[in-house]
Amino acid sequence: MLMAPFVLLLRGRGLPWAAATAASLLAFAIAIRLTVVVTGGEALAYEMGSWPAPYGIELRVDALAVLVLLVVTGASSAALIGGRESMASILSAEREPYFYAAWLLALAGLAGIVVSADAFNIFVFMEISSLASYVLVAGGPDRRALPATFKYLILGTIGATFYLIGVGLIYMMTGTLNFADMELRIQDVADQRPILAAAGFITVGLALKAAIFPLHVWLPNAYTYAPHVVTAFLAACATKVSLYVLLRFDFFVFQQNLTAHAFQFSAFLMPLAILGILVGSAVAMFERNLKRMLAFSSVAQIGYMMLGASLVTATGLTAATLHMFNHALAKGGLFLAIAAVAMVAAGCRLGDISGLARRMPWTFAALVLAGLSLIGVPGTAGFISKWTLINAALELETGGIALVALILVSSLMAVVYVWRIVEAAYFGQPAETGSGRVPAALVIALWGVAIANVVFGLAPELPLTLSAAAADIMLGHVR
Amino acid sequence: MSILGIYYYWVFAILLMIGFFAVIAKPNLIKKLIGLSLFQAAVFLLYISMGNVEGASAPIFGFGAETFSNPLPQVLILTAIVVGISTTALGLGIVVRIKEEYGSIEEQEIQEMDRR
Repeated sequence: MLMAPFVLLLRGRGLPWAAATAASLLAFAIAIRLTVVVTGGEALAYEMGSWPAPYGIELRVDALAVLVLLVVTGASSAALIGGRESMASILSAEREPYFYAAWLLALAGLAGIVVSADAFNIFVFMEISSLASYVLVAGGPDRRALPATFKYLILGTIGATFYLIGVGLIYMMTGTLNFADMELRIQDVADQRPILAAAGFITVGLALKAAIFPLHVWLPNAYTYAPHVVTAFLAACATKVSLYVLLRFDFFVFQQNLTAHAFQFSAFLMPLAILGILVGSAVAMFERNLKRMLAFSSVAQIGYMMLGASLVTATGLTAATLHMFNHALAKGGLFLAIAAVAMVAAGCRLGDISGLARRMPWTFAALVLAGLSLIGVPGTAGFISKWTLINAALELETGGIALVALILVSSLMAVVYVWRIVEAAYFGQPAETGSGRVPAALVIALWGVAIANVVFGLAPELPLTLSAAAADIMLGHVR
Repeated sequence: MSILGIYYYWVFAILLMIGFFAVIAKPNLIKKLIGLSLFQAAVFLLYISMGNVEGASAPIFGFGAETFSNPLPQVLILTAIVVGISTTALGLGIVVRIKEEYGSIEEQEIQEMDRR
């Protein structure tokens, strides 16, 4: 079952879209099956090539991993099902196989990062997924995608190389690359300084990849100029996977072994998270390009996740992991809706969608639903994670109220920018538009995601249990 | 151990910084990529030097050698070098496309063209 990512690698070249979608759906089905198994409380482990764990490469799936795995495979499936026509309109026939091969490589890389329990393996998967996603981002017809991709490539590689330095330093001190083994051996290391340096390198490297606030510069352009469907896929999962590695590394390996690391961790990341939330939301409010607006809103949402994690409490971590899941639903839905809009409208600026809601009521209804979830209106998925985050903030003895105020203010900012889309679409003067039609598959995928937003808002048990279990696992490692 | 006794780590740090500087400060995209390669090469050296044991031979049995260097970092770096090559190749590919579209590989000129 866990071999799915590797099967995908082999199948990548054949019938382009159908094979990609089938493989992605298969991976999604496997992820669901894994969820059922893992919800029972057991972590699954698979030894590659039957070498026992500390020596061979181990694959390991626990509650945290399975949650992210669901996001990755689900986002890829939804984007692929809906994205066929949207992609066909910008890709020539002979380029299609390469494009979908790159897509599957990205999917395989992301899934590989999540299931791997080996620090170096994660680096390799990270580079597989990044290289493939550079290709995906550059695949669009807009020439501005190229410099955006170049920037993404440079920063992504620096991030990955920083991570590599960190892993190297840890390997130097412990002689192991397996997470579980590392956690045990690191306790015997007398000199903490290399480990501390490693923690710094790994945190900064992964923060670059996860687009945590001051290191987010590559994200808006890459998301804006990438093909719409690619944006839906990458926005839903690429940064979250890096965040996942950061959490995993920090809580499994560093927290209990470095003196006062929990404090350093939150002191370093909490201000960045707060700034990220404020700056991201503020820029999004004034942005006129829809995709750019949502990209900056992503920077803010990543801030929420970091805020939850930097509290280093059970509720905070639950909120962080839960928000990974819920934000993927909301943002995936929004970007899919924009892919649909772009098939009809002349462009992605606010003026281009003016009055379009009358022509495409279903698309915009789904867009509003996902937007409400992004804001965190009760009854949608976004509400659950924000509620958990507020609870976590209130548990703090000092400053909790300030954090709650911050969350409320930035939610109001989200109301503003989502409202600007709604205002333009529902109340604007109808603009001149092309005669394009939205394919049924895209509407179905879009509504699938939108309904998921409501379902997980009204019945949040599944992600809530999983993320609570994930928080327990992470905190179980902090003693 | 004296500061110069661990000179190979100094090589690593200096190369790393030269590469990093080139990536940040050079406006020419090709020079940025060269810097990126240097940056990665420095990390490869870090791994290789930490795997070395003084006076040891290559880890091959049956030639009378007593101590062996740690082969694992070398294997890891073999993978990392492949990754680095593909990154550079893809980066150069993008530069070629940028040159085709914009007619320039200077960062400032490209930004100005986009602003118009």
